[in-house]
Parts: sequence; C-alpha cells; structure tokens
Amino acid sequence: MGRYLIPLVLFIILVVFLAIGLGRDPHEVPSPLINKAAPTFRLPQLKDPSKSFSAEDMHGKVWLLNVWASWCVTCRDEHPLLLEYARSGAVPIYGLNYKDRREDALAWLDDLGDPYVLNASDIDGRVGIDYGVYGAPETYLIDRNGLIRFKQVGPVTPDIWEKKILPLVKDLNK
Amino acid sequence: MTRRVLLLSLLLYTGIGVFAQVRLPEQPVADDPVTEQRLRKLSQELRCLVCQNETLADSRADLAEDLRREIREQIKAGKSDQEVIAFLTQRYGDFVLYRPPLKPTTYLLWFGPFVLMVVGLAVLFRYVRQRRNSIVEKPLTAADRRRAEELLEPSSTKEVA
Repeated sequence: MGRYLIPLVLFIILVVFLAIGLGRDPHEVPSPLINKAAPTFRLPQLKDPSKSFSAEDMHGKVWLLNVWASWCVTCRDEHPLLLEYARSGAVPIYGLNYKDRREDALAWLDDLGDPYVLNASDIDGRVGIDYGVYGAPETYLIDRNGLIRFKQVGPVTPDIWEKKILPLVKDLNK
Repeated sequence: MTRRVLLLSLLLYTGIGVFAQVRLPEQPVADDPVTEQRLRKLSQELRCLVCQNETLADSRADLAEDLRREIREQIKAGKSDQEVIAFLTQRYGDFVLYRPPLKPTTYLLWFGPFVLMVVGLAVLFRYVRQRRNSIVEKPLTAADRRRAEELLEPSSTKEVA
C-alpha cells in the first residue's frame, strides 16, 4: 500500500496543476499597469477633433476607459452591454477609438448608439501601446488619483460588471 | 497528358508562390541597415501578444507592425536595447520576453528543473544503497552445496523437480 502512496500523491498534484492550467485563458496576460498611473495622453476628440481629451482632465473622478474600434468584432458584441452600463449611470465611460477611421467610428456610434461621454481618437495606436492594448475591446478602471485599478481584456460581461467593476467603483468612490 | 502535367505543375508552382509570399516577413525599410539589423535581433527575442507563439519579428499582426515601428523609432532615437525592452515590459509585462528574467517569482521556473533533477538523483542513490544493504550474504548450507553439485554434475541423470 505504502509504495503506491507516493506516486498517487504526485499524480494528484500533477492533475490539480493541469486542471488549473486548463481553466485559464492564455490570452489573458496580467497587465503590469495595475495600480500604476494611467499613461498620460492628449488626443483629439472623435466628434470634434478641434477639441482634445486628456487622461488628466479626469483627475478626481473614477472613470472607465474603453478601447474599441469599428473593425473589432467583439466590440460589436460588447456594445449593447456598454449602452446598458452607461444608462445605469454607475460610472462614466470614455472611449479610446483605437486604430480606426473617423468616419467608420462615427457611423458606428450613429448606428448602434453612443454609450460614451466622449471619445478620443488614437488613429495610429500609440496611446494603445502606452496602455498595453493588445486585443480590443479592453477596458480600464481609473481612480481619482489617475491610477489604473482594474483592466479587462475582452468584453466586459455582465458577470465582470457586477462582480468586479461595480464593487470596485463603489469602493473607489467612498 | 503533358498538358495536364503542365497545368498541375503550374498550379503547384503558383501555390508555392502564394505560400512563400504569405511567409515573407515584413519588408524591412532598407534606408538604415544597422537599425533594421538591431530591430530584427531585438524583435526575435520578443513575443507578439496577438499570436502568442510568434515572435515580434515574424508576426504579421497589426499590433506587431506597430510595435516594430515603435522599436525602430526608438533605436533611431538612440535608445539602447535595454531601454527598448524596458519600454515594452512596462506596458505588456514580462510576458513579451521569450527569456523570462531571473527574479523571485521566476526562481521556480529557472531552478525547478535542476531541483527536480537533484531530488531525483538523491532518491535514486538512496534506493540503490538501500537495496545493496538489504541484500544479506547467506553462506550455503551443506544441503545447498550438495544440491548445487548434483545440478552441476554433467554425468548426473537425476531429474530436478
């Protein structure tokens, strides 16, 4: 009996590790920017390029920065959810229109509705690089001091909204 | 017949042509071969985040192209390789590095295999020694000796049961 115990224990440990590995999404890369200052930028606004928008303008507020593009298929899935979240008024959603064409982006907002307070145009994707964007949609929760507190790669599902973002927003607004 | 062979070889040829075109890495900007050389060397050490098993040098993803552009500009601006790598790890984390850095969180990764090997060798040696010790030399008794002689005796016709 004893001689089988050690291999059995080793096998169980291996299975546990493999099971954990199977359950993880290899595309979700932990961001080194969590709890760090959101990279600064100043970009033209999508609707009125003569005006600009900067992350610093948001100092003192808790806000979401949603990275999206009209060419991004998953963004289309996420869009109705964003509209719903925006209607709830829990936290203002700002958009970073990433590597998109202005006319496409404007048409998208006309067709599908506009959940954003405003959008910044990151046409060449440089601000995206500063934020470590590698797969739109991505969403950043930024606190009053301009620190990134949460990052979601991929759509903000209702589950993530309820369980991660809303509690954090509540906490940060205290 | 010959026409069919000709057509087939033509198809094959164009097929290979298309394939080769797809595999071709992004055309380097030939204006500065030194920069391009450094860019290639650097980007071969870096992972593309979109197609994670490709290097930044090989990937045709949009983001990889942007990052190569970024690296190219930084090299031209006189940044060292370390500075460029720091720029990328600050944004994308150590995941972009194909060679993970040596630090407390990666000790297990770097030293784990050696630790396992040492543990394995220790277990093996212990087992071998234990086995050797557990074999006790037992002198033959007179009866054993007689039996062995009987068995070895060629003239013996006795059957051994």
